[in-house]
Amino acid sequence: MNLAIVKYNAGNIRSVLYALERIGKEAVVTDDPAEIKAADKVIFPGVGEASTAMGYLKERGLDELIRGLKQPVLGICLGMQLLCSYSEENDTDCLGIFENQVRRFDGAGLKVPQIGWNNVFGLRSPFFDGVPEQSYCYFVHGYYAALGVDTIASSDYGLVYSSGLQKGNFYGVQFHPEKSAQVGERILTNFIEKI
Amino acid sequence: MLTKRIIPCLDIKDGRTVKGVNFENIRDAGDPVELGALYAQEGADELVFLDIAATNEQRKTLRKLVNRIAHHINIPFTVGGGITSVDDVSLLLQNGADKISVNTSAFKRPELVSELAKEFGSQCVVLAIDTKREEDGQWYVYLNGGRVKTEMLCADWAREGVSRGAGEILLTSMNNDGTKKGFALDITKELAGSLTVPVIASGGGGTKEHFVDVLGEGKADAALAASIFHFKEIGIPELKGYLQEHNITVRI
Repeated sequence: MNLAIVKYNAGNIRSVLYALERIGKEAVVTDDPAEIKAADKVIFPGVGEASTAMGYLKERGLDELIRGLKQPVLGICLGMQLLCSYSEENDTDCLGIFENQVRRFDGAGLKVPQIGWNNVFGLRSPFFDGVPEQSYCYFVHGYYAALGVDTIASSDYGLVYSSGLQKGNFYGVQFHPEKSAQVGERILTNFIEKI
Repeated sequence: MLTKRIIPCLDIKDGRTVKGVNFENIRDAGDPVELGALYAQEGADELVFLDIAATNEQRKTLRKLVNRIAHHINIPFTVGGGITSVDDVSLLLQNGADKISVNTSAFKRPELVSELAKEFGSQCVVLAIDTKREEDGQWYVYLNGGRVKTEMLCADWAREGVSRGAGEILLTSMNNDGTKKGFALDITKELAGSLTVPVIASGGGGTKEHFVDVLGEGKADAALAASIFHFKEIGIPELKGYLQEHNITVRI
């Protein structure tokens, strides 16, 4: 199994690598197009700001590269949001794999960003095998992907939104599996072994 | 439903965990990586590592320590101490930190908060504020680990920090820190009830009731403590069980 983690200017790239190491999986962190294309599976992580991240991807042609990938791809947090069509965060056009729009949380009395452990429910896809409904995962985000046809997991923070998305070979999770203790480790293992 | 968080804090000096009383009389409390991994296993929701004696020389040591922590624990952690620039933060994040906290340097140059939020997103920028209630009854901001008083009111600085993009406020009451007599409920409640970002209450947690008070009445989103965990006075599973019994939502 040849795993590639897309290297770009968005935060927790290494955290994902270390989480994979803890579950006994090796990966390379790379922005080399040939290496990403050749990988069996690609993880597209990220914590950060949408317009800065998209700008970086475009400068390096990584936007087109990611859009064209045929193998299973997992977007995490900002990575998932960048796979959506558009983000309100600095009015950013994203990669457009998922039709969902990314909006800012703005409910009355709601703390933004949402930071902490929240439940995931409505789980579908083998991606969540062995993960009980209402499991706690770790979230850190001020923007959310609205519900849509590609939603495979939901969470509730003032409103119900997509905490998991899937369309064809593209998967995305809003929470951080690499920081979600045993539940997260199970999800990463599923992506590698069951997808 | 989003849970309240329990956050053990590890103050680091020369690569060891230490705990001061009222920011002085530093005591040794062990290897930070070992402690951090233990807390993660016991159900801590996050960890905070504060390098309390950060100098240029020690910064490199801190990065190595951050890297070791990132390898060993499977929950999020924040790193603070001596951060003055976007480059400092970039290095810490590259070494596996999830969030960073800024304190004195942000007060001296508030643009730092704006720059960090723009570059990395608000969600990884924690503004730490050390505050003390003076005889006039007002809470003032203190700098340099509590050694330097300012004329700025805590609530004013917190609001400015949030408007510049801080994603979280780590509020330490110097009046309460190290006393184990309970958190500062009034200032915590004032900030947690008025700010649009989460507030982590710190300083004074000594009993399980104190945590119920600060997460309930004090409206804090998270509670941070050090010595009661380091010296095994209260176990995290025991604390979380107690919070749940008192209708505070926690991850168990």
